[in-house]
Amino acid sequence: MKPDQLLRPAPAGLYCPAGDFYIDPVRPVARALVTHGHSDHARAGHGAVLATQETLDIMEIRYGADFCGTRQSAAFGERIGVNGVTVSFHPAGHVLGSAQIAVEKDGLRIVASGDYKRGVDPTCAAYEPVPCDIFITEATFGLPVFHHPDPKTEMGKLITSLRQFPERSHLVGAYSLGKSQRVIRLLRDCGYDAPVYIHGSLARLCDYYVSRGVELGDLRPATVEKGDKTDFRGAVIVGPPSAFADRWARRFNEPLIAFASGWMMVRQRAKQGGVELPLVISDHCDWPELTETIRELAPQEVWVTHGREEALVRWCELAGLPARPLHLVGYEDEGD
Amino acid sequence: MKAFSTLLDRLVLTPSRNGKLKLLADYFRDTPDPDRGYGLAAIAGTLDLKSVKPALLRELVLERMDAVLFRYSYDYVGDLAETIALVWDQERKERVPDEAEPSLSAVVTRMNALGRTEVRGAVRDLLDRLDPSGRFAFLKLATGALRIGVSARLAKQALAEFSGMDVTEIETLWHGLEPPYEPLFAWLEGRAERPVLATPAIFHSVMLANPVGDGDLANLDPADFAAEWKWDGIRVQMSSSGATRRLYSRSGDDISAAFPDVLDAMNFEGVVDGELLVGGTARMNSPTRTFSDLQQRLNRKTVNTKMLEDYPAFVRAYDVLFEGEVDVRPAAFTERRKRLAGLIDKTPHDRFDLSPLVPFSTWEELEAIRRDPPDPVIEGVMIKRLDSPYQAGRMKGPWFKWKRDPFNIDAVMMYAQRGHGKRSSYYSDFTFGVWTEGPDGDVLVPVGKAYFGFTDAELEVLDRFVRNNTTERFGPVRAVRAEPAHGFVLEVAFEGINRSNRHKSGVAMRFPRIARLRQDKLPADADRLETLMAMIDAREDTR
Repeated sequence: MKPDQLLRPAPAGLYCPAGDFYIDPVRPVARALVTHGHSDHARAGHGAVLATQETLDIMEIRYGADFCGTRQSAAFGERIGVNGVTVSFHPAGHVLGSAQIAVEKDGLRIVASGDYKRGVDPTCAAYEPVPCDIFITEATFGLPVFHHPDPKTEMGKLITSLRQFPERSHLVGAYSLGKSQRVIRLLRDCGYDAPVYIHGSLARLCDYYVSRGVELGDLRPATVEKGDKTDFRGAVIVGPPSAFADRWARRFNEPLIAFASGWMMVRQRAKQGGVELPLVISDHCDWPELTETIRELAPQEVWVTHGREEALVRWCELAGLPARPLHLVGYEDEGD
Repeated sequence: MKAFSTLLDRLVLTPSRNGKLKLLADYFRDTPDPDRGYGLAAIAGTLDLKSVKPALLRELVLERMDAVLFRYSYDYVGDLAETIALVWDQERKERVPDEAEPSLSAVVTRMNALGRTEVRGAVRDLLDRLDPSGRFAFLKLATGALRIGVSARLAKQALAEFSGMDVTEIETLWHGLEPPYEPLFAWLEGRAERPVLATPAIFHSVMLANPVGDGDLANLDPADFAAEWKWDGIRVQMSSSGATRRLYSRSGDDISAAFPDVLDAMNFEGVVDGELLVGGTARMNSPTRTFSDLQQRLNRKTVNTKMLEDYPAFVRAYDVLFEGEVDVRPAAFTERRKRLAGLIDKTPHDRFDLSPLVPFSTWEELEAIRRDPPDPVIEGVMIKRLDSPYQAGRMKGPWFKWKRDPFNIDAVMMYAQRGHGKRSSYYSDFTFGVWTEGPDGDVLVPVGKAYFGFTDAELEVLDRFVRNNTTERFGPVRAVRAEPAHGFVLEVAFEGINRSNRHKSGVAMRFPRIARLRQDKLPADADRLETLMAMIDAREDTR
């Protein structure tokens, strides 16, 4: 079987001609396999969706019960036949429910890793290497500049700042699925047990994480009861970064803007975003993790998608591995 | 290094003054000697560190990584020091344990002890032993490009905050002390007596004026103020104590060596504030010469006899800080002025004179005088409260400067260069030109370069124009379309203009800045070189 019979880029996403399905399609299709619940990968309106139970639950929380025609859940490691092609889901370590999808036929196996990371994260199952002929890797942080530090060290910066500026409300920007819950969990693991205030858009996802056994401690809505700004003096408030430019953010006392993201590695990114306290906490691989994963899997070929493809392709060339960029469109690199 | 690099990381992103003060004060409190002293020096701009050339840094990083991957990284980050700090580890994951990191003082001591041939190896080794944020701090210090939005004044304010001492007390001592400032910290923490300064002829921070803003004068009584001319030379401080004589620039640089003529004539004891000029004094009845004549004498390490004859320097005195050993700074302006007059009276006539007061009774009258000064080397008036003591720094209230209106021209953007720091991802340094007659019709000739005066929103507009209209690239510089019917017109304001044989156009502007974006104009409407020449002629004619 030729690789492009098994998977190839198409306008709607990564397409499997042999099994007639898409992986993470960016527009509605008849049959979709979804790696994880972030909105650029999991969209509403497909005919049939195959994903992990957590991803299906998250899609339902975000899009409502009728987000697709029919749905089927895949357990990690379970081998499922789709029109004569065997597919299986394996933990990707990105967010709760995130999976890599292995696609196999006639002895050829391609692994589409979706988004993944190798670092420790108590809020989801850890990445598992899946041997394969062709490995499709993301390259969100595919430049040698990206080195994600220990997330606990980063969280220590927030704790220090709370001590230095006890009168200021600390607003922590974090993507609503995955990053927010991870940030809260990290705060707890660093011994912070005061209430954490959350933006309304996080409430249901946080509840869902808790229902799946991820302890998040005392969470309260970040709403002003009597219109008193001083209610949030010295408090930690977690919300999506988009809310910070909003009127919503003006209710807090001398807000200090923090942002939990791998992009915060680069000072200009932080500065341009008006971020005062960058926290380099990422749900993607950094450069050492990307290169280490490729070395470890030693596939015959590497396909590189969304992110900084050219640098990772260059690295593969230098390492003597055939590699090519996929040029898929529709995946934003802002989701970290 | 960890404490210092963490401080830098926070300072760069902290917009509020109070936030910066808090971060600095905490750093001074929590960091041991001598590290905090070197940190203070780095921030206040008094740290002397062996410099490293960017070219060497590039070589070092390319020893260990692929040039293509480095280029991708540099393009993304936009700042050389930051790129190197981030890519140095490449695929290496393990972090440097904090204890193994060299301290800031260890870095400074080691760098400054190096011989020329040892620099390469030492820099490589330090980069290996620091974490990314420590590397960034080190590289910024070593390349002399630390920009963190903290002035020396703010650092001293933080020292005051951390110790409860008065900032003017700290200012008084400042220039007599050196990094790592251990006696200063000992005194600030109440562990030792106030440091005694080794040489009495030290530099004392000067008093500065605020520009007159809209409505500033409306509520002030002219009877409470004196006015004097603002001369277009450079502000200096003369310090003379026994055999020790010094001439300092406004920022405290010792420029004595270039002005033996002034130094030899300093037969007084004390500290005098004034304007360094070229030409003859009023006491000799000879004219003051222009700033471009003064420039012949500036930025020189030594000076020859011909230069001394052709461009004689003198000082026009504004104020007195010390009379002999007596600190007269707390006295009122009128009192100091009396003492200054007495002091200058006994000095050589050809080297010193007293800046005359300008009588006026209403602000309107002063405004008229300001607009039409009697001497071309006057760039405005100074307004000083009669009862004001001499206070270091730029306080709002006691002193104002009221400059002659700046010059304005319309020029065409010709080249743009990427900025630094906050602006590293924008084209923010602009070379502009005006029309002149060439062999085949009109051509643009560059007349200056400006990198401020515009707002962030205007910068976006300028940057977009550059990116969409690039015709050629030379490293970080782009040439942009500049044709009579297509291009970008900039209204440029500047403080002065002189003839120059160093510039192709033959003119040199002082303090050019972008006053307005003139998208309403076509390059064909921009000014001509003849207009600029006429400005110079007009200035010279008024003499």
